[in-house]
Amino acid sequence: MAMVEIPADMELVYKRPESLTLAHTHYCPGCTHGVIHRLIAEVLDELDVRERTIGIAPVGCSVLAYYYFNVDMAEAAHGRAPAMATGIKRVSPDKVVFTYQGDGDLAAIGTSEIIQVANRGEPFTTIFVNNAIYGMTGGQMAPTTLPGQVTTSSPTGRDVETTGWPMRMAELIGILPGAAYVTRQAVLDGPGIRRTKKAIKLAFQSQLGGLGFSMVEIISTCSTNWHMGPVEALEWAKEHMVAYYPLGDTKVSDGVRALMEGR
Amino acid sequence: MPKELLEGNAAIAEAAIRAGVEAYFGYPITPQTEVLEHFSERLPELGRVFLQAESEVAAINMVYGAACAGARVMTSSSSPGISLMQEGLSYIACSEVPVVVANIMRGGPGLGNVQPSQGDYFQAVKTTGHGDFHMLVLAPATVQEAIDLVVLAFDLAEKYNTIAMVVADGAIGQMMEPAELPPMRPVRLPKERPAWALTGAKGREHIIITSLYLGAENLERVNLRLQEKLKKIAASEVRWKEYSTDDADLLLVAFGTVGRVCQTVVREARAKGIKVGLLRPITLWPFPSARLNELAHQVRGMLAVEMSAGQMVEDVRLAVEGRCPVRFYGRLGGIVPLADEILPELEKLDAELAGGKES
Repeated sequence: MAMVEIPADMELVYKRPESLTLAHTHYCPGCTHGVIHRLIAEVLDELDVRERTIGIAPVGCSVLAYYYFNVDMAEAAHGRAPAMATGIKRVSPDKVVFTYQGDGDLAAIGTSEIIQVANRGEPFTTIFVNNAIYGMTGGQMAPTTLPGQVTTSSPTGRDVETTGWPMRMAELIGILPGAAYVTRQAVLDGPGIRRTKKAIKLAFQSQLGGLGFSMVEIISTCSTNWHMGPVEALEWAKEHMVAYYPLGDTKVSDGVRALMEGR
Repeated sequence: MPKELLEGNAAIAEAAIRAGVEAYFGYPITPQTEVLEHFSERLPELGRVFLQAESEVAAINMVYGAACAGARVMTSSSSPGISLMQEGLSYIACSEVPVVVANIMRGGPGLGNVQPSQGDYFQAVKTTGHGDFHMLVLAPATVQEAIDLVVLAFDLAEKYNTIAMVVADGAIGQMMEPAELPPMRPVRLPKERPAWALTGAKGREHIIITSLYLGAENLERVNLRLQEKLKKIAASEVRWKEYSTDDADLLLVAFGTVGRVCQTVVREARAKGIKVGLLRPITLWPFPSARLNELAHQVRGMLAVEMSAGQMVEDVRLAVEGRCPVRFYGRLGGIVPLADEILPELEKLDAELAGGKES
């Protein structure tokens, strides 16, 4: 991709973050992974940590995230990113480590790993993208699928009597003592995107301060597997997902509180 | 260093420490728990990393992460725990990062028991995880050999960027005998980590460690590269020990604890006039097939003895290519075959083949 010369009489106000590569993403039109990638990359740039950051990609739609982040990356087995991140952070405590995980990865197959790292207070950051569905495998029921939501494996709608209830991970993780900062945000409109970026930044700052485990759950969309247009998907998420998954912080440790107030 | 009275499990952990292990992640399981316990005491006092994981699944993925970061790292477990690590081992094999695993095998299948067993030979050499790969598998017969092979395991894992597994049965893990520990190697500094490791994209392109290769041609290329490496290992790293094979016309084949028992069988059989030798594989993969094939020309027959229902014997048969009869004797459930039950099996084979080597 060729860079365009900036005319002398114009000011550069917006550019690709250094922490993103030039690669085109494979994400579907209307997908919010690209927005979230960019927010993380902007934060890594602003904190000037790109050159000492190690990311872990999950299994799921963002499995190829390692092509898009211009930082060292490893690819984990499904659900195991928090364990891998533990290994990396323990032998490289000076590095900035993050996992990027979806709802199937984090809230189903990797439930044990995420709870244990939060409980141990592993000082890394997890970005948890919740779009209430398995995207990569073609739209099956996720642990976060809403009651009554139709998916390819809940064709008559999720029946909570037989499949259990959607898991509120931010609340579940927030009660663990090792978690320093846990929050749920949404990238469904401009203000939400700005709040999400603030939360991601605070999560990484909490890591840099060695304060404990930090996780940002992000309510996201999946136009393709929800069978909706991108705008319709955003509206549906606002109306239905945010109603079930309230936005806001579920854990702010004293150390993180001091960070917030110091800003 | 002078010899000390050492327990196998603690000796394995201490040997890894002397070999410069930087981090250990593991989960308690009998009969290997003393490995974890030894690390839990020693690594923190040396300023190195010890972490008791929440499961073997997590432990192997912590090991995977630490290996990706370029640290010298190991884990240990016993049979059911290794089953849980198989997913991670497959990812590690494809990612080609060096990892050492100690497997203190116990009786199976299922929860089995905590007695010594060799029932995980297949798992170690053939069915470690999904996909086409082998680990380098080292099988000690004494505490001293366990120490030496742990040190070698790190060297080989790093030489080939592969998994090296030390498989000992529970007897070797639990028993005490005099052995000598190697001197302490200096621990590699963080700045000395390999160039391929994830250390942060400072002044270089970002590095990706993955086992995902979309596209058939891509994945075939990766597999062919792996196979090329395995061929190199198979050509250079086969290890075994022979006892009284020079003039042998019968051969015992056994590894680990029962390989040691068979040394007694050789002595007792020779006292009775049976000219038997013993080949004890030290690397289970790569297997000493070529040497067994040579010996198949020399001996009338072979008896494979195992603490299993007969697993290694399949590789012995593949190696001899039908050149001589190969019989099997084994005990199950954690029972170690003793010399006075192996000897009659050998005498039976001797009588059966009394006609001499068929040509």
